[in-house]
Amino acid sequence: MAALTPISRKPMSLVLPTVAASGGLLGLFVGTANGSGFLGIIIGAAIVTALAALYIFALKNEQMAKWISLAVFLVLGFIFGGLPGAILGVIAGWFFHWFTYWMYEGRYRQHLLPYLTPGQVLWHYGFRVICGAIFVFLITPILVVMPLSFNAQDFFTFTPEMLRLDPAGYSLKHYEDFFTNNEWQRSFKNSLIIAPIATIISVSLGTLAAIGLSQSHVPGRRAIMAIMISPMIVPLIISATGMFFFYSDIGNWLEGTLGLPKTFVGYVKVILAHAVLGIPFVIITVTATLVGFDRSLTRAAANMGADPVTTFFRVQMPLILPGVISGGLFAFITSFDEVVVVLFVGSASQKTLPWQMFTGLREQISPTILAVATILVVISIALLTTVELLRRRSERLRGMSPG
Amino acid sequence: MTDTTSDGPMLAADGTPLKKSLARALRLQKMRALMLIAPLLLFVLFSFIIPIFSMLSRSVENDIVADTLPLTVVELQAWNADSGELPDEAVYAAFVADMVVAIEAKKHTRLGTRLNYEQTGMSSLFRKSGRKIKRMDPATDGPFKEALIDVDKKWGDVETWRVIKTHSPRITNGYFLNAVDMRRTPEGAQAQPEDKQILVKLFGRTLIMSLIITGSCILLGYPVAWILANLPMRTANVLMILVLLPFWTSLLVRTSAWKVMLQQQGVINEVLVWLGMVADDARLVMINNQTGTIIAMTHILLPFMILPMYSVMQTINPSYLRAAKSMGATNWTAFWRVYFPLSIPGIGAGSILVFILAIGYYITPEIVGGTKGVFISNRIAYHISSSLNWGLAAALGTILLAVVLILYWAYDKIVGIDNVKLG
Repeated sequence: MAALTPISRKPMSLVLPTVAASGGLLGLFVGTANGSGFLGIIIGAAIVTALAALYIFALKNEQMAKWISLAVFLVLGFIFGGLPGAILGVIAGWFFHWFTYWMYEGRYRQHLLPYLTPGQVLWHYGFRVICGAIFVFLITPILVVMPLSFNAQDFFTFTPEMLRLDPAGYSLKHYEDFFTNNEWQRSFKNSLIIAPIATIISVSLGTLAAIGLSQSHVPGRRAIMAIMISPMIVPLIISATGMFFFYSDIGNWLEGTLGLPKTFVGYVKVILAHAVLGIPFVIITVTATLVGFDRSLTRAAANMGADPVTTFFRVQMPLILPGVISGGLFAFITSFDEVVVVLFVGSASQKTLPWQMFTGLREQISPTILAVATILVVISIALLTTVELLRRRSERLRGMSPG
Repeated sequence: MTDTTSDGPMLAADGTPLKKSLARALRLQKMRALMLIAPLLLFVLFSFIIPIFSMLSRSVENDIVADTLPLTVVELQAWNADSGELPDEAVYAAFVADMVVAIEAKKHTRLGTRLNYEQTGMSSLFRKSGRKIKRMDPATDGPFKEALIDVDKKWGDVETWRVIKTHSPRITNGYFLNAVDMRRTPEGAQAQPEDKQILVKLFGRTLIMSLIITGSCILLGYPVAWILANLPMRTANVLMILVLLPFWTSLLVRTSAWKVMLQQQGVINEVLVWLGMVADDARLVMINNQTGTIIAMTHILLPFMILPMYSVMQTINPSYLRAAKSMGATNWTAFWRVYFPLSIPGIGAGSILVFILAIGYYITPEIVGGTKGVFISNRIAYHISSSLNWGLAAALGTILLAVVLILYWAYDKIVGIDNVKLG
């Protein structure tokens, strides 16, 4: 974006106090960590102000100023915190240099409307800082888990070795445990059996029903829609309670009357339960894709002699495929993530990965959970990317602008 | 232009009247649509709707007393529970006859467990008496009144018989009364003793905590949705990843992350101690209480608030704000009188969604909630898997379901089911 607003240098009465305040804030943290917060504020403010004054009055060279800042804070950081301190110091040095010049040259007004009052400018940036803090809140828990899963100790917190970036503080032993431990492997395998089958059931039935629902004359469409979406609305604990009563009766009947093996019946129960939970997601995404589907295409196909089945597979399916796949991914993640229903409906031989994590978190908490969590985060990043790519493709196919 | 068929009905190509032919085509179309929907509809009915109804019926069903003690129940009809006198010999004889059959089928302990929910001590009474009644012969060993009181003097207590009589009907409101801290007595519904009144408090806590969670989601979600809707598309898409990644990440991953963060030896406390903000011996207690549940659930449900708000705010034209300001409104007036009212549908949609989800949450409160931060759903799970009082669990579930359905009806009125969007 081109600069909207002509910028001008700001008076020292604005620049120096602001820079000093930011320095004081950092000083406060370093100071409390080392004994006295008050002393920290004074020293921090003094150092940063002195550097700013040096740059502005004596040096007048921005490149040089950058290197001086980096060097000063590198040394300070190293004195207070060793290697990690030095890294934080470099970041702080870069920030203070940028901040000083940002204030002094008036760059902060560059991308704003020219008529804003100082109060509005302050609010503009204050608001961004608040939003930034909320984004940090959203993402930190997920980011914290990842490095902790490489912990060499059985602790759930950063050990001093890890903070010193000492290689001895890190290890892959929790991952090793996950891949060698029978309990974890069995539950992982169960998840890989249950989730795909449940997904296939909900996708095939759900797509058919969504196509049916998108026809122009469907008697009782609202009621049907409400029934089909209900598994998403009813709280899981209630679905689980209902299924617990019902499926135990069904299971007894299957085992008793038909004489089916117990494990098999257990899998059937869990798969059916999970398939139902995934259906609303398939219905919603596929119906949304069908809204943009041009109905004259099927008529054209029929006109040229294709029977309904051919029309479906050759014309309609390729166009709605992105919606079907993302619905399927939603259904998959629902089943793959689900604990409550499997806890109630399944028995020990159907223990899934989330169930194993749940018992692990509740009873004997082991850091292997963090390794599993990291693997699951990686999987969800992959799924998120797939869904996003599919959404773009679908919009491109339907002639909408991406976004 | 005169047509020979102008006075008759208009005909289709095959000679049938057009009206009829169109009606048949429409019927065919409807049939085809229903045929496509039918497999799924049947599947959902079978594996979801029927289970929900089986839960509803469990909450009022009470066959066990009448099935295990059929003769006794009939005899007890004649006995006046308020008379303060023990039932007569006929009841005792019928009871022994029923019990001998029940002991043979090993059903008497289950009945004891059932009645124990209503009065403690019943379970052990049935189990202990069972051993001795087993040796009696209902045909010859009469009279039984004295004999039974000899076996256990509780059989000489009017209260025991009152409990059996009160809970003998096949359909009972007893579980629902229990669910709201009351109990079924011969004199009608009465409040439970003070020390047993926990469920209404738990319902209240569930509602209040869900409201707090919804409120903090609005507070945190509104600025984020605003900035996402007002930044250039490219930047907004990048920031959107920060919202969608938690949304896609496994619930258990996020819950375990909060367990790691909030513990006494956890990341937040360690950082605070390291910074010197908190003394080492005064670490913050943020887990196994309400704070833990609120923080973790706000984080988990925040995307469900941001996404509906964002989709509403995207449709608000930014020039409205500029128009308001050009006519002399201050920033605050322009926001409060113009932008905020336009964004209320988004807040409503997000709040109801978050509230519905929060009120039925189980996993997160169970892991980070300790004893003070649990919800009604944890109580349901407890009754299903530990205390085995399934009727009470079903009654609690039914009440929760009713609350959710009312909220959902409101959601449908405000937003519409069809406008549910994902990602």
